[in-house]
Amino acid sequence: MFETFTELARGMATTFKHLWRPPVTIQYPEEKRQVHERFKGRHVLNRYDNGLEKCIGCALCAAACPADAIFVEAAENSDDERYSPGDRFASTYEINLLRCIFCGYCEDACPTEAITLEHNYELSFYDREGAIYTKDMLIVDVPVNGRSTPQPVESGTFDRAIPEMEDPK
Amino acid sequence: MTPAQIALRALIVGFAVAMVMVTGFAYTTLFERKLLARLQSRIGPNRSGYIPLPGKGGEKRLLKGFLQPGADAVKLFMKEDQTPAGVDRVVYNLAPMLAVIPAIMILAVIPWAGEITIFGSLFTPYFAIAPGLDVAILYMLSITSIGVYGIVLAGWASNSKYAILGGIRASAQMISYELAMGMSILVPVMLADSMDMGVIVSKQASFWYVLYFPAAAVFLLAVMAELQRLPFDLVEAEQELSSGFNVEYGGMRFGMFFMAEYMKMIIFSAIAATLFFGGYRGPFVDQLPGLGFFYLFLKIVAGLFMLVWIRSSFPRLRYDQLMEFGWKRLLPLAVFNFIIVAVVIILEQEGIIF
Repeated sequence: MFETFTELARGMATTFKHLWRPPVTIQYPEEKRQVHERFKGRHVLNRYDNGLEKCIGCALCAAACPADAIFVEAAENSDDERYSPGDRFASTYEINLLRCIFCGYCEDACPTEAITLEHNYELSFYDREGAIYTKDMLIVDVPVNGRSTPQPVESGTFDRAIPEMEDPK
Repeated sequence: MTPAQIALRALIVGFAVAMVMVTGFAYTTLFERKLLARLQSRIGPNRSGYIPLPGKGGEKRLLKGFLQPGADAVKLFMKEDQTPAGVDRVVYNLAPMLAVIPAIMILAVIPWAGEITIFGSLFTPYFAIAPGLDVAILYMLSITSIGVYGIVLAGWASNSKYAILGGIRASAQMISYELAMGMSILVPVMLADSMDMGVIVSKQASFWYVLYFPAAAVFLLAVMAELQRLPFDLVEAEQELSSGFNVEYGGMRFGMFFMAEYMKMIIFSAIAATLFFGGYRGPFVDQLPGLGFFYLFLKIVAGLFMLVWIRSSFPRLRYDQLMEFGWKRLLPLAVFNFIIVAVVIILEQEGIIF
């Protein structure tokens, strides 16, 4: 009998203690939750420091994708209009984020580290078309010292089908 | 005063009190949501309205979310007013009114302040819609019982199994707990030797009747059951009955049930304060009768705080536990306490003790 009352009092005390604690709520649109470093959010297509795209249009990401969310169409680079340091570049690159399961296999498959999963988790759209992110939406901004693509280069600068991993000259 | 003057005064006071109470109801919902949120380490509604205060480091925002009740009301009014198929239309429409009207009617007997002069007219013996009503307690008990009809009829008329289960639970629960409540109310009635709430308050000038704590405890528990608040909210147990008797109601008709529940919270806090915690009495209330409103307000807020605090702390009872608690624990305790107090009063009158 006496124990009942002490237990009831303990329950009340527990909630009362919480009254004086700061709320754990994050006011979402104004404050955003800090995600972990290896959080897998929306994909981005990266660039080298000089502005060339890392993606060489090999479509290994599309092959690795278990949800079949990625569509890649490649085109040939030329020295007058160079997009990537390799032979080819992605002329079309689309990810259907309604299909994507954010497993990160595309990241693992990529030979040039062109596609990475970053920290953006604010993925909302009004229709199914809006879920398809195109290359323009996925590619990162041109770095400060780089130029945008396509860029003319001297012939013979890039002679490998799959470029070196480090930033080219 | 002539009877016509008395009636006119009751109308004016009643209008004022009812207006205050409707606003109070709206802000009780906000009070509950905010306090419940803080008890659960959340923030609660903070989007609609704030008072900007200039300060260093940008403007400070005070009372964030204080317009939330207005937003809730607008939302409820904008909702489509649906009537489900197969309902008993007359009863279905009558039920929300039967829930709200008794809740407002109980206001008549609550003393809000002592003898006071407002706008040159003297309110005597105390400030209430119907001052000096010598059957106030009986009136209150009978009117609260009518409130059960609103819930039972809502459940019955809704043509829904959830609703009727909620309604049946409501009737069983409220009838069971009303007994214990009535028994515990008898203690202050016997001690004050009056059923007039104003007399009960003025008799508590030296000490509060909460000192007879079994009666006060039984009363508070029975009130929680009567209000269908957690842990006694089996009537609208969300997990079992989706929301019980009001599941088929929408828009402002649902709002009326909501209004009845929250108004009853305020009113029963006021009644608990009146019967056991000295009502409008407090320090210097005899010199400055206006303080009575303030003291009663404080006591009502304390009562609401307790109700919300208890809601946040305890899970819902099982139905058989509820009935067992009501009939096997609360009612015998109330009867026992009532008999003890009666015997002590008789012995005191006969001069055997004290």
